Amino acid sequence: MIIGLDVGGTHTYAVLLSNKGVEKSVKVTTDHADLFSTVLSGFTQLLESIDPAQIERAVISTTLTTNAIIQQTMEPVGMIVSAGPGIDPEFFRTGDHYYPVSGSINHRGREKAPVNEMQIQDIAKKMADAGIEYVGVVSKFCVRNPSHEILIKRILNKYFKKIFLGHHVSGNLNFPRRIATTHLNAAVFSLHKSFFEAVKKSLTEKGLTVPIRILKADGGTMSLEASMHFPGQTVLSGPAASIMGAIPYAPEAQDAIVLDIGGTTTDIAFLVDKAPLLEPVGIQRGRYKSLIRSLRTDSKGIGGDSTLRVKDGNLTIGPDRQGPAMAFGGPLPTPTDAMVVLNVMDTGDREKATAGIETIARQLDLTVDQAAEKVFKTCCTIILKKTFEMIDQINSQPVYTVHDFLEGYKLSPQKILVLGGPAPFFAQKIEDLYQIDTLAVPNSPVANAVGAALARTTCEVSLYADTEQGIVTAHEEDFAEPISKTFSEDDLMETAYTLLKEKAINSGADPENLEEVEVVEFQKFNIVRNFSPRGKIFRTKMQLKPGLIKGYETVLH
Amino acid sequence: MLKALHKTGLVFFPAFDWAIDPTHPEREERLLYTQDQVTEEGVFDIPGIIEYKPMLATAEDIRRAQFCVPDEAAITTESHLISAGGAKVIADAVMNKEVQNGFALIRPPGHHSMRVSHGGRGFCHINIEAIMVEYIRSRYGVKRIAIVDTDCHHGDGTDNIFWHDPDVLFISLHQDGRTMFPGTGFPGELGGPNARGSNLNIPLPPGTSTEGYLYVINHCVLPVLNEFKPDLVINSAGQDNHYTDPLTNMNFCAQGYAELTTLLKPDIAVLEGGYAIEGALPYVNLGIILAMAGIDYTGVVEPDYNPEKLRQSVSITDKIKKTTAQINKYWSQRFQMREDAGNPGEIQIRHKEIFYDTDNIFERQKERVRICKDCGGCFEIDPRPPRGFISRVSTFPSTPISFAIIPACIEKGYEFFDSAPKNKYHHVFLMDRPKGNYHIK
Repeated sequence: MIIGLDVGGTHTYAVLLSNKGVEKSVKVTTDHADLFSTVLSGFTQLLESIDPAQIERAVISTTLTTNAIIQQTMEPVGMIVSAGPGIDPEFFRTGDHYYPVSGSINHRGREKAPVNEMQIQDIAKKMADAGIEYVGVVSKFCVRNPSHEILIKRILNKYFKKIFLGHHVSGNLNFPRRIATTHLNAAVFSLHKSFFEAVKKSLTEKGLTVPIRILKADGGTMSLEASMHFPGQTVLSGPAASIMGAIPYAPEAQDAIVLDIGGTTTDIAFLVDKAPLLEPVGIQRGRYKSLIRSLRTDSKGIGGDSTLRVKDGNLTIGPDRQGPAMAFGGPLPTPTDAMVVLNVMDTGDREKATAGIETIARQLDLTVDQAAEKVFKTCCTIILKKTFEMIDQINSQPVYTVHDFLEGYKLSPQKILVLGGPAPFFAQKIEDLYQIDTLAVPNSPVANAVGAALARTTCEVSLYADTEQGIVTAHEEDFAEPISKTFSEDDLMETAYTLLKEKAINSGADPENLEEVEVVEFQKFNIVRNFSPRGKIFRTKMQLKPGLIKGYETVLH
Repeated sequence: MLKALHKTGLVFFPAFDWAIDPTHPEREERLLYTQDQVTEEGVFDIPGIIEYKPMLATAEDIRRAQFCVPDEAAITTESHLISAGGAKVIADAVMNKEVQNGFALIRPPGHHSMRVSHGGRGFCHINIEAIMVEYIRSRYGVKRIAIVDTDCHHGDGTDNIFWHDPDVLFISLHQDGRTMFPGTGFPGELGGPNARGSNLNIPLPPGTSTEGYLYVINHCVLPVLNEFKPDLVINSAGQDNHYTDPLTNMNFCAQGYAELTTLLKPDIAVLEGGYAIEGALPYVNLGIILAMAGIDYTGVVEPDYNPEKLRQSVSITDKIKKTTAQINKYWSQRFQMREDAGNPGEIQIRHKEIFYDTDNIFERQKERVRICKDCGGCFEIDPRPPRGFISRVSTFPSTPISFAIIPACIEKGYEFFDSAPKNKYHHVFLMDRPKGNYHIK
């Protein structure tokens, strides 16, 4: 049996799954000030009268790092960045202990200016004196040549507890995002470590000794050990859990929309043939941009508890929440009240809901039923409008080859999957309004925990081969090997697959879940100088796609 | 916080799967290192910099600017159409005020492609800027447009397309034609009789460095623009004046290009040539993008940049000052030159030889233009590629591309077209710009 636990904004759900389906689920109130007891009480209640020896796997999705970012409780850490020519690295400052240093590497990975070791020594002493324990080191184009980062780390080693290097974060180019991501990993490391060590200890005391896996933003899992190097990857795993929970109900060989309608926000995501769509570069939320692999989600500030108002004769919904719906004792009318009025929902205090919607109806010069209908319809319209905007955006993403321009994949979803508290009510309305096949994911409140439980290990490798310089590298994996002039596309793919498999196993993947390999990117160029060919550049990215582990999907139907 | 002072639109289309041939300078790899640099710098994440997806230009778009022989499909590939379409997308973004300015980093380039195009010249098949300019004029009704071509080669295609057009000011700065393809672009080439002075060609001696280049911008280009008062400034942003370019002999640098962009303030920049793909393009393109967006570019310096080594000699400085003075004199006399060019209604004849280096075609053209004081007149081109190369012969009566079209010129344009004997030519085309019609006989 397997366990999935998802810490949500209001409630935390834990489920126990066997190959017969959901055996047990529990719900505890999330205490953001003490996530440890929340997680622990979830496990305690779930494991009551269950033999821990039957558990094969446990996956946890928490809001630990997300909260640390939002509440700005991240630990002060040091950053050393070497930029070389380009935009002033001062723009990417992460805090007081941020030091741009000399040294430069160009786009081909060639050293253009050396590291000044004396300068690094001085900075190291200064930071150590200031009580810094963790440091991130990022050099521009380190994914092409990490030697400067490695050299700097060697100098720093004796001063600090742990050093995070930019080239380990991602194979993608993007210096500012690499700085932000490396900084995040360093800044949440000790929080993440102490939290999960405590969780692990408590679970061991309960007799649960299976390896713990942690859900990442890309809807995949990693082992607790692997997470210690990249704790930042656990950020925004909540939306990922719910999207993974929708996968069992997604159509095959078709595109689908996933809507997770919560109290205050609705998360929107997409599935292509049961595989979630990923962000092309990494998580971004407003000004915060990173290289953390993530599902492509966006949220709209609208949900069942959004506040309803009338401004200048126009109905507005959200983005704030002033409490639960009036039907459940809240202060102001909400979309949930409209659903109660319309008898779509048969729980809650109908009188209170009606009183709330009446204030809206009066201002709009409508009957109570008309106003409720308008609220309900407007909610659906706002959510779907945002969804269609996202689809347009995805389909108008720039491409860089004639082939992709002419043959590029166009997302055209034919099904909508709705999760969250009010899912069943919304699903019917959306289908009526838009004539798109819409399904409320069954047992929706625990779908997130199920999604976490069933998520398989994901990872990605980026390879770069340059036959002129005679080398194939995947610096993210600390891999570099000499190659001959005859190194081919097939050789590259073989190397990539070997590395991917190795990385997956090290991150805790089961050998039977290593088949969903996908080549995300492949490019090949002739290097020509003075009109004669000098070699070839190959680039590829290969990933283990996010998806569900085998053997459990069908039991959910 | 890093933020664009001016909202800037970018179309980045490196056509990673298209080349003239595998070892040609215009090949897949050309913008690879630029893409790496721009991506690593996080340029597309900067608030106020918006990346657009290009679209496909259509035959109709090309027909506003050029005659393709035998037709558009025969001399273009999808890559050309995406390149021209990319410039159109940027034009739309700027004209609709979604952005304040825009830069189309596209390939293949276009500025050697002329009014009549039989194929590839100087790596260009269709003229991207001209197609974009005519699109802007017909879609948005913009009247006066200035094109400043800062590619190291004379922008002879654009020069040719706007030769008779007094409403388009074309200025080309380039390495002296006696030392460089296409061998034209001398100060005396000033535009047709109806538009004299609206084409300015400024040859620069080999070895011109940043100092000399910016001297011309400050002492000639900017004052001329100031007087011409264009509604829109377009920069044909070739990057082959760079000191490391393998095809040219100039000493310009990334900082210089960024400063040039800051001075010129183009509404739209379109990438042209530039073949120092590793040592120059990544830095020059980054410099131009930052300059357009109003972001500090002082850190964008080539790793091997040494201004001492690139300093220009005194004799080069003197030559540049002389050329600048000469151009300024021509500019100040432009209305008188047009007055002296001929009498209204008169037909003047010009002979021209054109060599297509890419497709190896040699062509002789006879051009007849009607003198007009109120519009750009109308003209007919009779291009004759010699026997053995290409068997098609065509005539091209066309009304000029001007908004002040007088009926006599339109009438004459149709007369050119109607009177072309069909048995003598394989193709006869007419471009009626005021009506937007394109006829094939």
